[in-house]
Amino acid sequence: MYQRFAQAKADGPISRPVLWRMLVTGVLLAGLPFLALADRAGIVIQSTTSTANSGLYDHLLPLFEKAHDIKVNVVAVGTGQAIRNAARGDGDVLLVHAESDEKEFVRDGWGVRRFDLMFNDFVLVGPASDPASLSEAENVRDALVRISREKALFASRGDDSGTHKKELALWDAAGIDPSDASRDWYRETGSGMGATLNIAVGMGAYCLTDRATWISFANKRGLKVLYEDDPPLFNQYGIILINPKRHPHVNALAGQKFIDWMIGKEGQRAIASFRSGGQQLFFPNASP
Amino acid sequence: MQELSSSFSIAFSLIGTLDADLLEIVGLSLKVSLSAVGLSLLIGLPAGAAIAIGRFRGRFSLMVISNSLMGMPPVVIGLLVYLALSRAGPFGVLGLLYTPTAMVIAQTLLITPIVIALARQTIEELNSEYAEYFASIAISLGYRVITLLWEGRFGLLTVCLAGFGRAISEVGAVMIVGGNIDHLTRVMTTAIALETSKGDLELAMALGIILMLLALMVNLLLAFIRPAEAFGKKSAAATY
Repeated sequence: MYQRFAQAKADGPISRPVLWRMLVTGVLLAGLPFLALADRAGIVIQSTTSTANSGLYDHLLPLFEKAHDIKVNVVAVGTGQAIRNAARGDGDVLLVHAESDEKEFVRDGWGVRRFDLMFNDFVLVGPASDPASLSEAENVRDALVRISREKALFASRGDDSGTHKKELALWDAAGIDPSDASRDWYRETGSGMGATLNIAVGMGAYCLTDRATWISFANKRGLKVLYEDDPPLFNQYGIILINPKRHPHVNALAGQKFIDWMIGKEGQRAIASFRSGGQQLFFPNASP
Repeated sequence: MQELSSSFSIAFSLIGTLDADLLEIVGLSLKVSLSAVGLSLLIGLPAGAAIAIGRFRGRFSLMVISNSLMGMPPVVIGLLVYLALSRAGPFGVLGLLYTPTAMVIAQTLLITPIVIALARQTIEELNSEYAEYFASIAISLGYRVITLLWEGRFGLLTVCLAGFGRAISEVGAVMIVGGNIDHLTRVMTTAIALETSKGDLELAMALGIILMLLALMVNLLLAFIRPAEAFGKKSAAATY
C-alpha cells in the first residue's frame, strides 16, 4: 500500500510505464477501423441473379474491363429489388428481366432508355417421378393445370423477382389463382432462385426457373426438366442506364459505355460465346 | 454425409494452394470485422464504463436499451444502414453504399450493444472490488475509468471475442449494405450464401469450415497472449 501511494505521488494515479502501454493499446484500437478503408471506383450494376450465378459476368466483365478500363461492380438481387434499388439511385446501370416493369421504370423517368440485350427461356422442373405428368402436357397452360389439379407441391419464388412475375403471369393466363393454395401445395419461399431450387429439391416440388440458373445449378439431385419449349416461356433481358437527371451522381459516361459495349458487336459476341455445362445459356438479340 | 468429407478436402486444397480469391475474401472478412470491433470498443468501452460507475439520470434506461439492442437481427441493422446510406437516404451524398466502409458501419452498430453490455458488467464488478482503493486516493473520474478499463483488460478481451464472433459470422447486414460485389465487398459469409444459392453445397460448406478455422485461430492467438500477459502483469500490478 505504501508503495502504491509513493508511486501515485510520483506519477499521478497511473504509473508512467502503464500509461505508455495504455497509449499504445488505445492507438492500436483507434487504428483498427482504418483497415477497411477502400474506394469504390467504376460503375455499379443493379442486376438480376441469373446472370451472376450462372457465371456470365465472370466471362463478360474481364473482356469489357480490358477494352475500356472501367471497373464494373455487380450487385445481384431479384429483379424487383434491383429495380427499386435503381430507382433510389443506388447504381448506374440496371440489367433485369421483366420487360413491362422495365418500360414503366423508363416511363417514370428513372431510366434513360431500355435496350433489349439477350434472351433465353424458362423451364418447369420437378421430381423425376413427375406426379402431375408434366411431361405429357400439351402446353405450359396445361402443365400448370395439371399441377393444380393434382395438388402437386410447387415452390414459388414469392419475392417479386422477374421469375416470380413471370410465374404469376403464367398462372393468371391458365386461369388459376394459386394463392388460394398457399401453404397447402403452393409454397412461396420468398427467396432467390438458387435457394428456391434447393427447397424444391428438399421437398420434391415443381418449380419454374430460368434455364441459365438451372443449367449452372449444382444441386439438382432428383429434379429434372419436365416441361419446356413453349412461346410463353420466353425470357427477355433488358439493360437501362439510370437517369442522371434524377440522380446526378450517376456515372452516365461510363455506364453508357458499358451499355454500348453490351449491345454492340463485341458484347453480343461475348454473350453468345459464354458456355456452361457445354451449353449456351444466353442468346444475344440487341437491335443495333 | 459424404459431402462433408469432400467439403473438408475442398477446404484443405483451397488453403493448401493459397487460392488467391479465397485469400482476398478472408482478408476482407478480417479487415471489416476487426475494424468494426475496434470502433465498437472505442464507443462501447467508455459507454459501458459510464453506465457501470456513473450515477446519472437515464442510466437505467441506457442499460436496458443497450441490453435489448443485443437481440437486434443483423438484417434489420443492414436495412437501417442501407436506408441511411442509399442515394435517396440522408447520407446518400457520401456514396458509401456498397463499400467496405458501409459494412464496417453496419457491423459496428451490430456489436456495439454487446460491447457496452459486457463491458458494463466487467467494469461494475471491478469497480466494487477497487472501491476502497479509489476512496483512499483522491482520483478523478477520468483516471478512474482508465484505471478500471486497464485493470479489466483481460476480462474485456472476452468482450472483444464476443463482438468479433458476432461480426465475422453475420451475413444479413453485410449482404444488404455491401452487395456481395466480387473483389470489393465479398466476405466469407456472403460467399457462403452465394455458393449455397448456386447449389454448390460442398464449396459452401468448405468455406464454412475455413471460417471456423479462422475463428479458431483468432481465439487460440488470444488464449496464448492472455495467460502470458496475465502472469507477467501480476508483479507489476502489485507495485502499482
